[in-house]
Amino acid sequence: MLIGVSIAVFLMVELTPGDPATVLAGDYASPAVIEQIRTELGLDQPLPVQYARFMERLVLHGSLGTSTRTGREVTTEILDRLPYTLVLALTAVVLSTLVGVSLGVVAAINRGKRADLLTMGGAIVGLSVPTFYLALLMIILFSLTLHWLPVTGASSWKNLVMPAVALSLHSAAIKARITRATLLEVLGQEYLRTARAKGLHERAVVVRHALRNALIPISTLVGLQFGGLLGGAFIIENIFGWPGVGRLATQAIFTRDFPVIQGTVLLVAVAYLVANLAVDILYAWLDPRIRYG
Amino acid sequence: MRDTVVRLLHQPLAVVGLVLFGGLLLMAAFAPLLERYDPIAISVSERLRAPSDAHLFGTDDFGRDIFSRVIDGSRLAVKLGVLSVAVAASGGVALGLLAGYYRGWVDTLISRVLEIMLAFPDLLFAIAIVAILGPGLENLIIALGLFGWPGYARIVRGSVLSAARREYVEAARTIGASATRIMVRHILPNVVAPVIILSATRFGGALLAGSGLSFIGLGVPIPQPEWGAIMATGRDYLATAWWITVFPGMLIMLAVLGVNLLGDGLRDVLDPRLRT
Repeated sequence: MLIGVSIAVFLMVELTPGDPATVLAGDYASPAVIEQIRTELGLDQPLPVQYARFMERLVLHGSLGTSTRTGREVTTEILDRLPYTLVLALTAVVLSTLVGVSLGVVAAINRGKRADLLTMGGAIVGLSVPTFYLALLMIILFSLTLHWLPVTGASSWKNLVMPAVALSLHSAAIKARITRATLLEVLGQEYLRTARAKGLHERAVVVRHALRNALIPISTLVGLQFGGLLGGAFIIENIFGWPGVGRLATQAIFTRDFPVIQGTVLLVAVAYLVANLAVDILYAWLDPRIRYG
Repeated sequence: MRDTVVRLLHQPLAVVGLVLFGGLLLMAAFAPLLERYDPIAISVSERLRAPSDAHLFGTDDFGRDIFSRVIDGSRLAVKLGVLSVAVAASGGVALGLLAGYYRGWVDTLISRVLEIMLAFPDLLFAIAIVAILGPGLENLIIALGLFGWPGYARIVRGSVLSAARREYVEAARTIGASATRIMVRHILPNVVAPVIILSATRFGGALLAGSGLSFIGLGVPIPQPEWGAIMATGRDYLATAWWITVFPGMLIMLAVLGVNLLGDGLRDVLDPRLRT
């Protein structure tokens, strides 16, 4: 799987029109200089050889090459930015799970009543709002009109508020919908009737018995969405000038800085796989049946 | 079919969705009649005008009429949505059919490639493709269409696996029907409902992703009135000319809300099991 991803990332850059050697050499370079750069970078070798070199460097030296824009190691560039993206993405995961799951529970308990219609209506509208639109509306309201929050930068927690909220939007809406659906399904099952029959409070029934089982599909979703959040961070980081990996990647795309593009895409894909693996492990912990299955 | 439509019309939210989606299609169809100005004509004397009778949604930093640009943008939005869904559905359905029908190494190969595609989060995959091919409407359609493949292929493959074992398929094979005929005539009809439902979701997703990419400059280039691209020009004027950003964003929201409501309604009518 990881090999497949690495080949895909490698090929991605190979298939790019526009020759990195020509870009590197600048506008006024002679053909001889371009040829020399090409040899230095190993771009004159056949593709499998280039891929072998790429993997050798990556596996043996942990290196993804150097940025053609700054001349620094790609791994250093990424590691500098990674904490920012992780903070943003994890805040969004926590925020969207708290908000999404609570709203989903409220909707399920009040099925068919006003609270249900309101939260589910809100969820589908939330799903339909482009995150960058919400981001810009928040900037207009909280930064430009009320002057509560700064527009760009990453110097205090205040900088995190708007990007995290914007990034959480879709994810919270999806979680609310799924929580409601799975909870309704679980609430109809027999053991809950037993729980009620033995005189437990409705709240205890929902929280201790129903929600725990409903958490299983929800936790899959948290893992699956982590990748989506990383992707969404590309746009959000650009709006708020948040110095994360997404911003690094977009800058790299505009300057055709291929090693950095390659590195960030590889990183996000790997992070996505790891998140899904973590969910599989979490599964076994939440649902003992799976261990024996 | 008729029954489906009738039941759909009994759902108030689905009707709202139909109205919004229909409105988008009508807007795109009659755009030239609705536009009061040339959507890309520059008029320096009219720059950054607030909404008024002359310019319902105001003007941008080049004096272009936002209302006309937004109306014209609906054509790009419909084109992007329809074509990217077509690319996604045709490729995904074909791959899913092949994988499910032939199984064996064909299935293994197709499933592996799709799994790798799934390892890249949606938007990242689109960004990567656009980074390779360069910005533009066609490339955006290809990018958003390609990353739809795994979703369609997975649904279709599953349905084919269960349908291929049915007796009527066995019967068709016994009387000598070709593989293509069996796939198209006997298996494909089983997957129509989930494919339609997924298409509604993808249409909305394509509008969101497309406008988002255009917004950061990786989608449709700026002089074209793509909604996200218009919003990108408004970004520098949020404090002074909010209308450049607010109106196109509202249109995206309404268009996506329309297909989402329609998709939910279709799902409830066509396939109650998928209800969420």
